[in-house]
Amino acid sequence: MNGVASYNFAYLDEQTKRMIRRAILKAVAIPGYQVPFSSREMPMPYGWGTGGVQVTASIIGQNDVLKVIDQGADDTTNAVSIRAFFAKVANVATTTHTADATIIQTRHRIPERKLEAGQILVYQVPIPEPLRFLEPRETETRKMHALEEYGLMHVKLYEDIARHGRIATTYAYPVKVEGRYVMDPSPTPKFDNPKMHRSQALQLFGAGREHRIYAVPPFTDVVSLDFEDHPFEIQHFEAPCALCGAEGVYLDEVILDDRGGHMFVCSDTDHCEERRQAGHVGDQGMREAAE
Amino acid sequence: MYVAVKGGEAAIANAHRLLADRRRGDRSVPALRLDQIVEQLGLAVDRAMGEGSLYDRELAALAILQARGDLIEAIFLVRAYRTTLPRFGYSEPIDTGTMRIERRVSATFKDLPSGQMLGPTFDYTHRLLDPSIVGEDAEAPVLREADAVQALRVTDLLGRQGLMEPDGETDPHRPVGDLTREPLDFPLDRDLRLQALARGDEGFLLALGYSTQRGYGRTHPFVGEIRIGEVDVEFDITELGFAVSLGRIRVTECQMVNQFKGSAKVPPQFTRGYGLVFGQAERKAMSMSLVDRALRAKEFGEDVVAPAQDEEFVISHSDNVQATGFVEHLKLPHYVDFQAELDLIRRMRAEHDGIQEAAE
Repeated sequence: MNGVASYNFAYLDEQTKRMIRRAILKAVAIPGYQVPFSSREMPMPYGWGTGGVQVTASIIGQNDVLKVIDQGADDTTNAVSIRAFFAKVANVATTTHTADATIIQTRHRIPERKLEAGQILVYQVPIPEPLRFLEPRETETRKMHALEEYGLMHVKLYEDIARHGRIATTYAYPVKVEGRYVMDPSPTPKFDNPKMHRSQALQLFGAGREHRIYAVPPFTDVVSLDFEDHPFEIQHFEAPCALCGAEGVYLDEVILDDRGGHMFVCSDTDHCEERRQAGHVGDQGMREAAE
Repeated sequence: MYVAVKGGEAAIANAHRLLADRRRGDRSVPALRLDQIVEQLGLAVDRAMGEGSLYDRELAALAILQARGDLIEAIFLVRAYRTTLPRFGYSEPIDTGTMRIERRVSATFKDLPSGQMLGPTFDYTHRLLDPSIVGEDAEAPVLREADAVQALRVTDLLGRQGLMEPDGETDPHRPVGDLTREPLDFPLDRDLRLQALARGDEGFLLALGYSTQRGYGRTHPFVGEIRIGEVDVEFDITELGFAVSLGRIRVTECQMVNQFKGSAKVPPQFTRGYGLVFGQAERKAMSMSLVDRALRAKEFGEDVVAPAQDEEFVISHSDNVQATGFVEHLKLPHYVDFQAELDLIRRMRAEHDGIQEAAE
């Protein structure tokens, strides 16, 4: 039972890493295509980011600097837990600064700061199949991808417009990659979709429970699906971040009391902190300083 | 003033300390030992081994202890350990025909060669709570040595008369399917399907098996035979050129005999559903064989109309470690996506109010 306590570098054995790297290479070669891989049980539950963790474990080296975010924040419990996992099993340096990280594992957000060449963004993906809620069968959806038969998706978006006057998808908004595969960007808000387009960073997507890996290589076209008369648009917030005053960033609503009081603050905690350190102050930030 | 989930690290550490404390419970009560769990909660251990796909009673007991008796959590612990083990190869197929039988019953014949043996079963016990077992230390009864009889399987008895579909032919050189090493690709071959069912959730398979009995994909089943006992596991070592025994494992095997009318190509004969599970796990083995038979619908040209006959549906949802992970992950923060939905619904309501006002 002594074996229980000792692990290979980054937890996974080297054979498994090779298998996952092969899947990643194939995914990079066919942007947006979901490559089946033999997902392993990880020491955290399915749904907690096992796909992302396996991808990160397969690509991380001793000199990498890892950042982990969940909902844009470095300090949400699961981000803390995954960061601690890699600090333990790979003994790598970790950071909360987007600019310092070589690998960023994320759940549901893309950092506000523009990613640079050489950085890798690893997404945790719950349901990799963008067509899954239109067609539950894997055997069918694989055929649809093979035949590039995406009419069903357009019908869904059209029905949204007919019913609600707009496309009612706000996150996990489907994109077309390099003019070929329709891809689920993972449940990031559609606000982040434009950041994927021709990003300098390599974007890898891991879905552990669903046994799929896919990728968007640097400088790849990623176009959100839309119609000529209903062009894709991102969310706009009416007020800037209450703490750092940032505009054009994704905001979280924080409830302040039970009388409807609330404020909006940056979802990207690192971005917010860096701005405040640089002297930017928002509405509530000022009041806080005054108190 | 903005304190949302700051200090996650300390919170996690404290939660884990509290969990460890709750697991141990009242310190004036003696701590459980693994051998107590192995010996006295044997069927829980068997379930953790079976669905954890790792035959090790002591590790399964440790998992149950660590999981505070939550069996799905224990199964998860076993799986997460199992996946780190090196894979040396695949054993020879076990031969349940040479099983050292402890229990063997057939519902299709009153008596049969080598007889029926009830073994350690709950069947025919009266389910009356029995306070006398608490803290008891009754003397162990004298056990008869298990006969090393070669009890022919009921399906083989019927097979000799041509009334039973034969075992399928398998190429012995065909690589062994392994769902823990290759991603599933539907439709599956039966070996992979049986593998998935063998580690599938007992409750899920029980409910699906039950549904076939109630008419959702009826298969007219009879228990041809259930047998529980120990079999040898042999491993072919290429350097030696012959198979050596690695030891013995206890398994439960269920062969369900099902009606089949026959077709233009096949004369009328009985068909089979198969269940094989680590340890003593009769409910699971029976459920598995019902579902296995239901999933063979296409093979026999039956209409696929019920959930239990739908391979992709059954196999995609039978794994309780996957299922519990995805269901329970809903408690992780989702506030970014929720914010997006909140924003949309506010806009739509504002528009709606505008239309209402314009109408008035």
